[in-house]
Amino acid sequence: MSETFTKGMARNIYFGGGVFFFLVFLALTYHTETTFAARTNEAEMTEAVTRGKLVWEQNNCIGCHTLLGEGAYFAPELGNVFHRRGGEEAFKPFLHAWMKAQPLGVPGRRSMPQFNLSEQEVDDLAAFLSWTAKIDTNDWPPNKEG
Amino acid sequence: MNVLNPHLKFQSQSVAKPYFVFALMLFVGQIIFGLIMGLQYVVGDFLFPLIPFNVARMVHTNLLIVWLLFGFMGAAYYLIPEEADRELHSPKLALILFWVFAAAGVLTILGYLLVPYAGLAAMTGNELLPTMGREFLEQPTITKVGIVVVALGFLYNIGMTMLKGRKTAISMVMMTGLIGLAVFFLFSFYNPENLARDKYYWWWVVHLWVEGVWELIMGSMLAFVLIKITGVDREVIEKWLYVIIAMALITGIIGTGHHFFWIGAPGVWLWLGSIFSALEPLPFFAMVLFAFNMVNRRRRQHPNRAAALWAMGTTVTAFLGAGVWGFLHTLAPVNYYTHGSQLTAAHGHLAFYGAYAMIVMTMISYAMPRLRALGEAPDARAQTIEVWGFWLMTISMLLITLFLTAAGVVQVWLQRIPEDGAALSFMLTMDQLRVFFWLRLFAGVGFAIGLVCYLVSFMQRGRVPAAVEAPAAVA
Ligand code: HEM
Ligand code: HEM
Ligand SMILES: [Fe+2]
Repeated sequence: MSETFTKGMARNIYFGGGVFFFLVFLALTYHTETTFAARTNEAEMTEAVTRGKLVWEQNNCIGCHTLLGEGAYFAPELGNVFHRRGGEEAFKPFLHAWMKAQPLGVPGRRSMPQFNLSEQEVDDLAAFLSWTAKIDTNDWPPNKEG
Repeated sequence: MNVLNPHLKFQSQSVAKPYFVFALMLFVGQIIFGLIMGLQYVVGDFLFPLIPFNVARMVHTNLLIVWLLFGFMGAAYYLIPEEADRELHSPKLALILFWVFAAAGVLTILGYLLVPYAGLAAMTGNELLPTMGREFLEQPTITKVGIVVVALGFLYNIGMTMLKGRKTAISMVMMTGLIGLAVFFLFSFYNPENLARDKYYWWWVVHLWVEGVWELIMGSMLAFVLIKITGVDREVIEKWLYVIIAMALITGIIGTGHHFFWIGAPGVWLWLGSIFSALEPLPFFAMVLFAFNMVNRRRRQHPNRAAALWAMGTTVTAFLGAGVWGFLHTLAPVNYYTHGSQLTAAHGHLAFYGAYAMIVMTMISYAMPRLRALGEAPDARAQTIEVWGFWLMTISMLLITLFLTAAGVVQVWLQRIPEDGAALSFMLTMDQLRVFFWLRLFAGVGFAIGLVCYLVSFMQRGRVPAAVEAPAAVA
């Protein structure tokens, strides 16, 4: 690099640029915050949804599955499993049956553990996943296979 | 330390050694669990229900993060006294924190392996302040608190050293990066009930680490090693460092938006995230130019050729993993199809290995011979074995990345692009990808062999013949 471009100039760009873009980031965060209520239907975020999120976390479901495309890539996407598995009428019974059936025990097949969840916990999980499926994700995933 | 080590400028730098040794031990653990998962990808019920996939994954990724943190801390304990031109403020505190962090780390990993995760959550009172069960942040809340305590003690120690001594650009940048690391980790305690908001701030830890403050840490470690092994003028090196980290922050902060496309955040991120993150390869490219330029302009032939190879290798591999593989899927219209696929895993592996695993090994390669009182460099035979380790690990990781990329492209093709009805389900798609996963596993075995080579190189003892030892003018 040439002599006219000094270390001090480089340092100023680093400080100035870093601070400036962090402030812009904070402003954008503020904007983002103002949209969450509508985009996530916060009004429908019931106590059951909140409890369901905790069940999701305390069993480390994210260690195998993705949720809205983030997590592990070993098992199917669950952000839209509500739509894939029956929707409003059928999803909750499906989830109860599914959780009871684990592990499926097919030799060589990827296996999901038995978590021994209570009826209430599975109900909460169903509420959480139903609510999640209705978040406005800019139309992701491209199809129902997730 | 009892015996004076003539190869250290300051005796207190020797506290770096246990940090480096323990980092490499955890690295071995990380790879063992990587191989277990690699096998579970093709033999689905391998070790089930003893070690379910999610447990192996937590162990693999948490060991990765923790060994990198040990590496960064070791690097700081070595580098800060030398830059500040004085002994470390408190070597004793550094050793105490070493044992605290090591014990907390081992206990947490044992907790993952021996207790069902829900049990661990109950035992550690997760309901009081729920922070567990989010990717990479799976640690019990109490472990997270422990990490913060260790980080505070560590920052105090190197901060005092720096304040009382010479303040160079390298040490200032390293310090800023480490403070940033601690500050952004605090967001791991913020777990809003709204999933979209939770995900939004989760990235303040993950993205603002690897594409923000960690680049400052990497840049300063690279600059330090380059000054030492090339003898190029500090002014030149530090100017490059500022340019690189300026580019990193200017592109990387708003670049966080490439994770906000599909998690419930508003549409403006589709544009901002795409544009800014598309520029994120620039600082990584600048690091390649930096390393090769400095080595070409070197004023001395440093006897530690292995360290020079690591220094150049980390920049190239980081550019490939973060720059090229990152760019590949960072534009929103592409990411729409690739999000959360095997392509993500491909990029995550090469980027983490190239940038952060390799910069830590660069530092270890440079510092370890001195810490072990062997001299400026290990003997030629040890270096040859180390260089073998370098190539075996690096080529294997490139192969892992290529196989996962192939898997990801086919996955997108079968599962994502077709319309409802025509698209293959996730599980059926995985069946189609088996051949790539087998190949990835073989490449993983190659990586493990490379790691063994690398570790064996440390067992080679001996000195560089006096004739080869370069003048101490720069050292
Ligand atoms: C023997 C070599 C390795 C094998 C077989 C291996 C295998 C795996 C597997 C199967 C996963 C889980 C993917 C999923 O969620 O479905 C994973 C995740 C991960 N591994 Fe490795 N790994 C290896 C080495 C490494 C190394 C050397 C690094 C970094 C230095 C690394 C960093 C990561 C990261 C960051 C993730 C999380 C990726 C993401 O979330 O996208 N791995 N690894
Ligand atoms: C050394 C620096 C980097 C590291 C260690 C790194 C690591 C990772 C990891 C581990 C993930 C997966 C996170 C998860 O589990 O959800 C990820 C995702 C991603 N990275 Fe990076 N990355 C780096 C730099 C970059 C750069 C420079 C770009 C862009 C040019 C980039 C673009 C992306 C994108 C778009 C995703 C999201 C993928 C998806 O939608 O599934 N990364 N990165
Ligand atoms: Fe990112």
